[in-house]
Amino acid sequence: MAVGKEIRTKIGSIKNTQKITRAMEMVAASKMRKTKEKMLATRPYSKKIGKIIKHLAYANPEYKHPFLVSRSVKRIGIIVVSSDRGLCGGLNSNLFRKLLGQLTIWDKAGFDVDVCTIGTKAYSFFSGLNKTTVIGHTSKLGDTPHLNDIIGIIKVMLDAYYTGQIDELHVVSNEFVNTMTQRPNIEQLLPIVSSELDEQLSNRHWDYIYEPDAKEVLDHLLTRYIESIVYQGLVENNACEQAARMVAMKSASDNAGNLIKELQLIYNKARQAAITQEISEIVAGAAAV
Amino acid sequence: MTMSVHVDIVSAEKEIFSGLAEMVFCPAEMGEVGITPGHAPLITKLNPGEVRVKVSNTESYPFFISGGLLEVQPHVVTILADTAIRAKDIDEASAIQAKARAEEILANKTSRVDYASAEKQLFQAIMQLRTLERFRKRGS
Repeated sequence: MAVGKEIRTKIGSIKNTQKITRAMEMVAASKMRKTKEKMLATRPYSKKIGKIIKHLAYANPEYKHPFLVSRSVKRIGIIVVSSDRGLCGGLNSNLFRKLLGQLTIWDKAGFDVDVCTIGTKAYSFFSGLNKTTVIGHTSKLGDTPHLNDIIGIIKVMLDAYYTGQIDELHVVSNEFVNTMTQRPNIEQLLPIVSSELDEQLSNRHWDYIYEPDAKEVLDHLLTRYIESIVYQGLVENNACEQAARMVAMKSASDNAGNLIKELQLIYNKARQAAITQEISEIVAGAAAV
Repeated sequence: MTMSVHVDIVSAEKEIFSGLAEMVFCPAEMGEVGITPGHAPLITKLNPGEVRVKVSNTESYPFFISGGLLEVQPHVVTILADTAIRAKDIDEASAIQAKARAEEILANKTSRVDYASAEKQLFQAIMQLRTLERFRKRGS
């Protein structure tokens, strides 16, 4: 029957799309499991090093490391972590929107902003933006990134901080809350500020014993700290990407299902109307004879 | 009751040990250190070698670490290892292999960069084997 050929092809094409989104959903689900494991495995290290740094902020070392001293701000550096690929819901756009709000605030305050990007999406976003300068970029790190992959751009930023080119360093990435929720997060890395007060540590005047000497140990420790925070941001963002993609693809599959149902109904109605009309035509013809 | 101190050992990959101990021995850069409860605050780099956590007189846990950092607060000791393995999980065969490989590179003396990294690897392999050896000796 010639009725509703367009509707049938439409249904067929939606079914094909649904197959693709369903496959992507399953791939994302299995990748999420892996990236989440990786994220949970590296969390203790970055938590512990964060704790040490917090203690350190209360110590009173004779050697003042530049990372611990705040100075008047003229230029700000940010490291933006994003995904390489799209089709992951609002993950990247939520992050960029939050960041744009912050950028406007900095812009009003008269700060210039230098950006290092991790991931293709962030690069294409910031290279189109004329408020900021992109000074470093890396992408295509895959699902299991290595610390070595990001040491380069961290070094670019740390050198810029040492030479006084930038006066603050922030890292922007998504925080993995659970599979359904990912929270865009802007965190200040440098100078190191301690947010919570620890009564036990802040009440008295004390310092560490440094072996072999304060400069060497602190240089090593603080660089490690920055690397571990950025790395944690990266693996966390990876887990977020897979989770967001899984959710987005699931809702895409569901929407495709609804669409197919509606179209099927329209098709059935059209078909029924055509049959009824044909019968009444035959009956009318018979009556006329 | 004997005094005890909380010890956390984490590597970049996972948390290895967390719990109370009477004493911790670490291969600090300036020489081996033993940390008891109430030690003054200390931060130091660690060399590759054996970390031993003494939980009681009869019980202690040895680990191999490939270098890292040690932080001491009076009530808590934190060891940030680059990589850490329990002594009993050390793969003796691969450690011997790594040692042989490093020795071979050192014997050939190709380039300076190679030389330095090979020396480091050799040191790590030797320390790994020594940790294992000591673990066995104590065990028997």
